[in-house]
Amino acid sequence: MSEKREDAAVTNPARNEGAVLARDAAPGETLLKVTGLQKHFPIRKGLLQRQVGAVRAVDGIDFEVKSGETLGVVGESGCGKSTMGRLITRLLEPTAGTVEFEGQDITHLGVGGMRPLRRDVQMIFQDPYSSLNPRHTIGTIISAPFRLQGVEPEGGIKKEVQRLLSVVGLNPEHYNRYPHEFSGGQRQRIGIARALALKPKLVVADEPVSALDVSIQAQVVNLMDDLQQELGLTYVIIAHDLSVVRHVSDRIAVMYLGKIVELADRESLYKAPMHPYTKALMSAVPIPDPRRRAAKSERILLQGDVPSPISPPSGCRFHTRCWKATQVCTTVEPQLVELKPGQRVACHHPENFEDQAPQDTVLLSAAKEAATLVAAEVPAEPAGTSAAVAEEVAAEDGEATSEGTTEDGKQ
Amino acid sequence: MTAPLHEPTAETAPSAAEEAALAGAEAKAVQGRSLGRIAWERLKRDRLALAGGMVVVLLVLVAMFAPLIAGQDPDAYHENLIDPLFGTPKGSLGGVSADHYFGVEPVSGRDIFARIVYGARISLLVGFLSALVAVVLGTVLGILAGFFGGWVDSAVSRVMDGLLAFPQLLFIIALVSVMPNQMLGLTGTGVRLFVMILVIGFFGWPYIGRVVRGQTLSLREREYVEAARSLGAGRLYILFKELLPNLVAPIIVYTTMMIPTNILTEAALSFLGVGVKPPTSSWGQMLSAAIDYYDSDPMYMVVPGLAIFITVLAFNLFGDGVRDALDPKGSR
Repeated sequence: MSEKREDAAVTNPARNEGAVLARDAAPGETLLKVTGLQKHFPIRKGLLQRQVGAVRAVDGIDFEVKSGETLGVVGESGCGKSTMGRLITRLLEPTAGTVEFEGQDITHLGVGGMRPLRRDVQMIFQDPYSSLNPRHTIGTIISAPFRLQGVEPEGGIKKEVQRLLSVVGLNPEHYNRYPHEFSGGQRQRIGIARALALKPKLVVADEPVSALDVSIQAQVVNLMDDLQQELGLTYVIIAHDLSVVRHVSDRIAVMYLGKIVELADRESLYKAPMHPYTKALMSAVPIPDPRRRAAKSERILLQGDVPSPISPPSGCRFHTRCWKATQVCTTVEPQLVELKPGQRVACHHPENFEDQAPQDTVLLSAAKEAATLVAAEVPAEPAGTSAAVAEEVAAEDGEATSEGTTEDGKQ
Repeated sequence: MTAPLHEPTAETAPSAAEEAALAGAEAKAVQGRSLGRIAWERLKRDRLALAGGMVVVLLVLVAMFAPLIAGQDPDAYHENLIDPLFGTPKGSLGGVSADHYFGVEPVSGRDIFARIVYGARISLLVGFLSALVAVVLGTVLGILAGFFGGWVDSAVSRVMDGLLAFPQLLFIIALVSVMPNQMLGLTGTGVRLFVMILVIGFFGWPYIGRVVRGQTLSLREREYVEAARSLGAGRLYILFKELLPNLVAPIIVYTTMMIPTNILTEAALSFLGVGVKPPTSSWGQMLSAAIDYYDSDPMYMVVPGLAIFITVLAFNLFGDGVRDALDPKGSR
């Protein structure tokens, strides 16, 4: 396929640049580029359905995905992760910004214009119980991509469907069965087979394992990993489970209230998170070992809920819950800048790095309150202390040292 | 599925030898049980529903082969069987005899069995055809409202609310009284039947329309619809291939529930004198005529009453069975 396109490039010099961009991206090249992407869902009220506001689900995000890599997207519920996934697969129409796939602007393509691109961009869905039509057989479901795209695979559709079933680890004989005859994990495999049918380049997986049993999660994650190596897939994996994201991702984007607050390589992000929100998220990952858990230095409890995306806070959106927030955070929106190589952060007072607004030191009163909840270091527990006790001690210590923390902040 | 991690493909992938064997047995490859088949098997175990279904089938056969089953002209007078003094049938139980299984009518002496058998035609015709009208209108408008939403939904929903609040019986009575005797090449009974079917169906569609709209609203948010869109499916594909198969079950259920209601409405209209006119027989109209003889010839009233009762009961039992069979999360 790539050869053919290059031929076209040679014969048609006027379209040279576009054609070169449109060829298959080699590993490491940018496959997907998102600039200033926004999605506002209008809120309409009254008889005339006048727009009275908008839910700013995704509010200006930039990132790119390189061919062959896995980008993990994490964030709390309602931060716009899934909306972002549906925007880059163009299941939703962006309000503003651009989405470029292999150099082609796909931001406002219609159903017909998107159809050829659907082969290259596929999606794996969250709920294996609702992503398969209960009235269709597995054969019908997995062959739908071929029929919709008018592709006749080698050896016929049925044979290809059976091959795909065996690729994802299901019995090829089961193509005549219905979804209700399968378990959740098996259904998710069927969903993966459907997404892979057209040999896509980019697969967007929206919480691919969050509806599954933990033991099955590992199977599905590993299956996706194996398939990536075999087929050279590029993944955008949306998840709220940090351990899953850590396991599969090369780079990770952390979203908060429709914005990317930190975008970094997996190693740098997990070793030294810079955005306070990332740090809080990381500290919330449970450690399945009581002894190691006791030794864990701090656990950050964020106060309150995520603010409403209808009227997000001014300045930095995290300032209402951040323990480092100062005056500048309420007024100036921090830009996503590359502070370290491979680590982009949108914060005035990043952790593990020099302060971006050192002159502004007075903490907001909300930040002082938040700081009381940030537990200071827990003294090493004697072996044998149960995790529950350790937690209690941590909470008490947090209260006891809260004054000290605020003092530090004031300096 | 409890295989150790990282073993996704080994689990079920058949070896080469197995594959060859499977290829031979391809003809009888594992056949899944479709939801429809499961429902049918469930229905077969429901005796009450089966009994209802059998009565329904019997009624349909009776209506289709009415001339054969009745064995005589329903309009033929048998004045010799009437007591000239009181106008009531001679003999016990309203003149039951080997020739007249259900007796004869007072005054005219027409055979009640024959009139019931011919009356079944009217009842079932109106019941089925008006349900058909309601289903077609309700399904189309319900799907449009649910699928497209926005102003289409608002408009259809308001119309449905209006129709549900409309006094349909009064409307039909008023309509029939101003109706011409000839219309669209039909005369007399034909016109009345045609208008009744249309009007009952027209007032019945919001019941199905609401259900279909609600189902469509919930179905269109399912991820398999998004999956189809992410494969490049257009609206028509989603409507016909993804949504409609899932709407069939509720539509069937509501249709079987609607038929007996329509039969009752027809009976009520004929009873009130705005339905089918004599001499064409109809159950409701017979019931109405029987009121004058309730003390002298009670059989005349009991027979059409029972006919209506049994028909409606059979349809309802069958409908309940279909609903339970199609919706495993339901009452049973």
